[in-house]
Amino acid sequence: MTQAFRIENVGLINRDKKLSFKFNGKTYFGYEGDTLASALLANGVHLVGRSFKYHRPRGFFGAGVDEPYAVVQLYRNGETEPNIKATEQELFDGLEAKSVNCWPSVNFDIGAINNFLKIFLPAGFYYKTFMWPKSFWYRIYEPFIRKAAGLGVASTKHDKERYEHKYEYCDLLIAGSGPSGLASAFAAAKNGAKVILAEDKPRFGGSLLTSDVNIGNQSGKDWAEGIIAELKTMPNVVVKNRSQIFGYYDHNMLVMSEKVSDHLPSTKKYHPNKRLWYIRAKEVLISSGSIERPIVFGNNDTPGVMLSSAAKEYLKVYGVLVGRKPLVFTNNDSGYETAIEFKKHGVDPIVLDSRKNPESEIIDEAKNLGINIKNSYVVVAAQGYKKVKSADIASISEDKKQLGEIENLQCDCICVSGFWTPTIHLASQSGNKTKFKEEIDAFVPGQSKQNEITLGAANGVFSLDETLKTSFRAGSELSKKITEKDNEIAIPNVVEKKSSQHDKFWCVPLPKGKNYKRFLDFQNDVAVSDVEIALREGYRSIEHVKRYTTLGMATDQGKTSNLNGLQLVSEIENKVVPAVGHTTFRPPYTPVSIGAIVGREVGKHSKPTRKSPMHSWHEKNNAVFVDAGVWLRPRYYKRGNENLFEASKREAKNVRANVGVCDVTTLGKIDVKGPDAAELLNRVYTNAWLKLPVGKARYGVMLREDGIVMDDGTTTRISENHYHMTTTTAQAANVLSHLEYYLQLVWPELNVNVVSTTEQWAGAAIAGPKSRDLLKKLFPNSDVSNEGLPFMGYMEGDLFGVKARIFRISFSGELAYEVNVESDYGNFMWEKIIKVGEEFNIQPYGTEALSTLRIEMGHVAGSELDGRTIPFDNALEGLVSKKKDFIGKRSLQRTAFTAEDRQRIVGVVPLDKQTSIPEGSHLVKDDKAPLPNPKLGHISASCWSVEYDNPFSLAILKDGKNMIGQKLFAMSPLKNKVIPVEIVSSHYVDPKGERVRS
Amino acid sequence: MLYINCPHCGMRSQNEFSYGGDASVKRPELNKEVSDQEWDNFVYNRKSLRGKHLELWQHISGCRQWIKVERDTATHEIFRTFKADEEVA
Ligand SMILES: [Zn+2]
Repeated sequence: MTQAFRIENVGLINRDKKLSFKFNGKTYFGYEGDTLASALLANGVHLVGRSFKYHRPRGFFGAGVDEPYAVVQLYRNGETEPNIKATEQELFDGLEAKSVNCWPSVNFDIGAINNFLKIFLPAGFYYKTFMWPKSFWYRIYEPFIRKAAGLGVASTKHDKERYEHKYEYCDLLIAGSGPSGLASAFAAAKNGAKVILAEDKPRFGGSLLTSDVNIGNQSGKDWAEGIIAELKTMPNVVVKNRSQIFGYYDHNMLVMSEKVSDHLPSTKKYHPNKRLWYIRAKEVLISSGSIERPIVFGNNDTPGVMLSSAAKEYLKVYGVLVGRKPLVFTNNDSGYETAIEFKKHGVDPIVLDSRKNPESEIIDEAKNLGINIKNSYVVVAAQGYKKVKSADIASISEDKKQLGEIENLQCDCICVSGFWTPTIHLASQSGNKTKFKEEIDAFVPGQSKQNEITLGAANGVFSLDETLKTSFRAGSELSKKITEKDNEIAIPNVVEKKSSQHDKFWCVPLPKGKNYKRFLDFQNDVAVSDVEIALREGYRSIEHVKRYTTLGMATDQGKTSNLNGLQLVSEIENKVVPAVGHTTFRPPYTPVSIGAIVGREVGKHSKPTRKSPMHSWHEKNNAVFVDAGVWLRPRYYKRGNENLFEASKREAKNVRANVGVCDVTTLGKIDVKGPDAAELLNRVYTNAWLKLPVGKARYGVMLREDGIVMDDGTTTRISENHYHMTTTTAQAANVLSHLEYYLQLVWPELNVNVVSTTEQWAGAAIAGPKSRDLLKKLFPNSDVSNEGLPFMGYMEGDLFGVKARIFRISFSGELAYEVNVESDYGNFMWEKIIKVGEEFNIQPYGTEALSTLRIEMGHVAGSELDGRTIPFDNALEGLVSKKKDFIGKRSLQRTAFTAEDRQRIVGVVPLDKQTSIPEGSHLVKDDKAPLPNPKLGHISASCWSVEYDNPFSLAILKDGKNMIGQKLFAMSPLKNKVIPVEIVSSHYVDPKGERVRS
Repeated sequence: MLYINCPHCGMRSQNEFSYGGDASVKRPELNKEVSDQEWDNFVYNRKSLRGKHLELWQHISGCRQWIKVERDTATHEIFRTFKADEEVA
């Protein structure tokens, strides 16, 4: 294929590097430095997609971020990505892209019958038509819409690419590297400020790349290159291309997406695909430029109709002619600049200017070049379906209401310019109160809310001379405030052509008897008639009109359509545009890939993984792990072909019969130290703590102020002013914050310090009737007899030369101990326990067996302390002191908490002693009662009792105290189970608690 | 993301902190008779102001100190910050 529309020796592309790519299955060639759009246009491809609603043919409208049409599905290195703008996607060798919104193909599209059969989809169509009958929605309407609409498909595969996040701080963040960005960055950098200059395009320079200006005796482009080269050498400056600042958040936090690899065939090793920058800037300089807006006329969505600035960019940057018979339709001088470029490259354009008799240097130049100019002329309608073939044109009266005789003019593209719209998105996102600037018919930033300033075209200033002067000054003054340096910079001399006032004209009237569609929003297919309908139906607020018509709601966020929409509303409503107001700009300014937002926090990295010091031993011994908060804990140790049920039963049985060891490192541990430590514990826990002797542990329950149980655990008095508190694994962080809250804010007079020691200690629970025998062998020098170390006793011991803490506490309900050593000795401790325990048939047990043991003993855990229960509900009221005050005590007097039939923990056994009851099942009186069946309680935890060899569950049951012996039904609609059950005591095994004291 | 001046550590981003609610709430003293209304006001009733609000934050991934932050709930402007034991005038 030849690149028929590429012209010689023009542009900034690298003609030495030819690249091959595929579009809709067909192979084409382009050059390094092309975008997908410029390469397609070089090959004469104008048809790239179908529109969202009517499936009308779509071409290219812009050359960058404002592009509403050319959204493609991209295939790269075995991955696919939707919603890619062909105008932003840089070409690489082997690139593959496909059109979206067309089925079966871009040339023949079924959805286009929407257009031909005149089944029109006017404003509010979705709301009106697809609402009734309701049953049609899921079966008919939704599948239809899904098939016919949408902007591509997301990949269902795991994304192999890597995305990074980066946090950065700077003095000045500058958004956009056009003339104002470069000048302000340069001035600030010279004053020593830390500057970040961000450019979303691959090339720096913005409008200087295409404009015919002179700065300091150089072309604008050369001047820009010089400035960038110098900035790059300065250590206090970061310049980033392919980097879009898309969000402006509170306290001058801006977020930027850097495309690191999108322009390459595949991501380099150790490189991310994209990098998301969180930048906190002292000052923000917005130099985001402006976007040309279209003039609205009939069939203005036909491929070949495009912005005049885009046509100029394709020519000057890429050496591509968007047509050989161009028609330029303009209401200002910008159209002439494009026409001049065409003429200079051997193409004869015709200019239609809606103005009667404009005069300026630019127009003079066009005239001198012999360009055919028609004043007071407009394009009424484009003709041609898949490509512009001709244009219906007419003269227009001065009041812009009357059209003259329609003439048909042959052309192959229509380059349209309706003047410039400042890009105020970032300023608006920052909370800036924007204002309407009459001279340019557009909004510009007004009163700043944050430390932000907008310069140049983004601020509605289109003179290069003025832009450079204000930008050098702003960069210098803002940096001076920060660095207190003031290096004078000579402001270069600027040569630019003066332009004349634009015409306040934006929409061509319909000729008599014609009903052309005149589009406002090209991506969402919103036409003038749609907005008219919305207003006729009573929508007034621009925010409502937007939602009803979907004007400006597509992925381009109305970059080319917003202002014309406002003009229309103001015209029909007979209000001025500022009174109509614009809709709110919200981040992101351009679509950002989800991968970049998520960063590296995917899969197993979505949360940190904490492992105990004994983790590798567990791994070597076939542990199957389970997530416990952020910890990985052994759930069971698999032997042979055992499943979870078999293994946990074996492990639990062995604890009841012999001795087991469980890794309890994950329990939260907090050191509580100070002369008032006991007083703090006494206020935090529901029971009494002032008389706990040194060397003793006590079980405690702590409440929130609302009376709900927050956590439980044992706390041991290590020495006079030193307590070792344990918390559940899940609540460890919350409990520490809770203690700090009371110590710092409520009772600062208490002389206590708290610090987390969770990671300082490795813990092993040794449980079972033979645990004391094992302990005697582990600590031959310590008296661990029932007298020497009674239940709830504590001592220090010597574990083969390692200092250990020995607690006689039990979660399993068996005679049990917990041994702690410093974390580094955790594995040493564990291996010793296993080795010495061999003769007592020791087995390690995981969390599943641990649960079984605690459930059949009726010990509560997280599933009962679920943030909805008070001490009574958990049969813990015996631990609630009547004498002293504590956190949450007053709440326990609330009526609901003292009700006679208050819910309470019970045991539940299936009548058939066979069927395990799913956790979460509801307990009901009558399994046949009509729905909703009144719920009496729920199953909080279930196990297979190894003591009785039948299923056993715990439940929180209404009036549980008086329900023992009753027969109910446990219903689990999820598992489709109805199980007749009997309510028993929650203390199913060893109800008197004799074993722990044995 | 807010930028909070921790009185102990300096300017830090919001993601180092956790929010702790209204700082003007005073816990009733221990061992004191408290009416239902008074207790409900302490535990539950919050004004959810629009405008200047004194609130608690904990510098959870920093110095772990609870601090008081004077913030506008509508504009997110932060006026002043205080140590836990500092009087707010
Ligand atoms: Zn701090």
